[in-house]
Amino acid sequence: MKGEIALSGIGKAYRQYDAPRDRLVEWLSLGSVGRHRSTWVLRDVTLHVARGQAVGIIGANGAGKSTLLKVITGTTRPTVGELSIDGRVAALLELGIGFHPDVSGRDNVLIAGQLLGFSTAEISERMDAIEAFAEIGAYIDLPIRTYSSGMHVRLAFSVATAIRPDILIVDEALAVGDAYFQHKSFARIREFSAAGTTLLFVSHSAAVVKSICHRAVLLDGGLLVRDGSPDQVFDYYNALVASRTLRHEISRSDSEGTRSGDRRAAVEAVTLLSSGTATEVVRSGDPVTVRIRVRALQAVPDLTVGFLIRDALGNDMFGTNTYHLEHRRFDLAQGAQFICEFDIRDMALGVGHYNMSVALHSDMTHISGNYDWWDRALTFEVVPGRAPHSIGVVALDVSCRMAATASS
Amino acid sequence: MIGSLWHYRDYVRASVARELRLRYAGSALGALWQVLSPLALIAIYTIVFSGLMKARLPGVGDSYAYTIYVCSGLLAWTMFADILTRSQTMFLESASLLKKSSFPRSCVPAIVGSSALASFAIVYSVFLVVLVVSGRWPGVVVVAAIVPLLLLAFLALAAGVFLGIVHVFFRDVGHVLAIVLQVWFWLTPIVYPVEILPAAYARWIWINPVTPIVQSLQSIFVQHAWPDWASLLYPAVLTGALGMLSAAMFRRQAPWIVDEL
Repeated sequence: MKGEIALSGIGKAYRQYDAPRDRLVEWLSLGSVGRHRSTWVLRDVTLHVARGQAVGIIGANGAGKSTLLKVITGTTRPTVGELSIDGRVAALLELGIGFHPDVSGRDNVLIAGQLLGFSTAEISERMDAIEAFAEIGAYIDLPIRTYSSGMHVRLAFSVATAIRPDILIVDEALAVGDAYFQHKSFARIREFSAAGTTLLFVSHSAAVVKSICHRAVLLDGGLLVRDGSPDQVFDYYNALVASRTLRHEISRSDSEGTRSGDRRAAVEAVTLLSSGTATEVVRSGDPVTVRIRVRALQAVPDLTVGFLIRDALGNDMFGTNTYHLEHRRFDLAQGAQFICEFDIRDMALGVGHYNMSVALHSDMTHISGNYDWWDRALTFEVVPGRAPHSIGVVALDVSCRMAATASS
Repeated sequence: MIGSLWHYRDYVRASVARELRLRYAGSALGALWQVLSPLALIAIYTIVFSGLMKARLPGVGDSYAYTIYVCSGLLAWTMFADILTRSQTMFLESASLLKKSSFPRSCVPAIVGSSALASFAIVYSVFLVVLVVSGRWPGVVVVAAIVPLLLLAFLALAAGVFLGIVHVFFRDVGHVLAIVLQVWFWLTPIVYPVEILPAAYARWIWINPVTPIVQSLQSIFVQHAWPDWASLLYPAVLTGALGMLSAAMFRRQAPWIVDEL
């Protein structure tokens, strides 16, 4: 159906190379040699928007909002996932694309419209309406370098919305210019929405989203972490922002965590990996990997590596080590390095903030020889996953059945 | 790819028109400059080679034959070099547009190719007018010129699209092309006739696909003779192959170009 948006498992990674030569090596080897690092800015985003729905998209800077919108408008292609966008998309992300300062307003309208895929005839037909909506008077025939920024926005908005699209994407940051034109443009957006245009609206303002949208989604760390009514999602978002600020203060006062041990072997780094990428945000129920990089400073016989997850209050949530996982009698020579990875098939923790401690010792517990114990080596956040809403520190896999029983 | 390009034909046409218009915007003589620069080129070659150096083509009596020989090759080469240089930077230059708008990516080479051909058409008409005025109009064979010229344009565009894409990922291409074009120019019989080459080298010059193209033009304008069609087969096959390679590469890489800009 026209106006429908269906994204499933969308992920977007940007490749980074340390040197241009690394890319050449990759190209010449036809991809058999990998020399790049992938930075995932969107991960596993699944979103379905029905025709005519108005959805607010919220999230902090860098949460992946712009990338998501670029994927939907087709400016950039997702690295993984399926998308189906039905109908014509108009994006008011940046106004005045294709405008040339030395050309008259009228000619710019023509070329900007053509850039949106309209024919000369279609635009000429609507030229009067565009001119009337922009209300810039005789300036329409002057080169647009003579325009004020307000006039520029007026003209650009008028072209972009000259023909009602099936899907309209609006970045609220555009709502510059005078209050009069802002009202006028919001009225047009509402009008389109009422006429059946699907609306995606990016905003930080709860008031605006609540007044225009029936639904809101929250992006955080490239994940779609909340989807619901604007009220619910904004409540969660505000709580998230507040807890971030709090956590930031805590981590500043006690950033490194405490370390003890005789340092015969040392943990060099601890990372949490979700689908191969280092992250501090994990979705409840997702598989994750704990990667611990170790260096032996002296010869260490029979090394055990362990980790322990605690909640924000310091309660033990879960801990285990290589001894219990049947990886015993692991001997390290002096100077040896290795990586130990624990694959957690299902992060069955509830939504909240957690920290992880790691330890290197011999035998079963750290009492029999502690090499390196690192408290709060990393902190991470668990955000809602695919499972239905739940509360508490664990995420149990629950289903239910209901059946009527015969009444006596 | 072709379908979406067709849908955007008005955009391509208007972009080409705007580019040509803006090139001379603000100048008093406007589009006249487009005519004056080839006129100056023709005048220089006439004065220096035919007038001062009394250069003669082997086997041709006309004192202006050498000028015509040089111009028929040089003007075509200028178009070839123009398309190549512009298309190798085309994606980088339209970076801001590509990043913000989702129009079909094939518009970019279409605009570069069409605008280079349009300005070349103006330049070539000046050349043709000069031929008529000086009484050296080749006659009906002139229609044959369209074949080598289009072939040359497509060869340049096929190579240009390839370079343009590679340039996005490796910025070394720009430096390489400038050098290659200079060497290539002198490896093509444009200012000198093939006949002056020692036989040992003359054989190798036919590896250069531009050689038969330029030779066809020279035969039309100097000898007033139909070109040797068979000789154009090699550049045609090469253009076809390169075109397919570039199109395949374009289809594969176009969506990822924007991530690198």
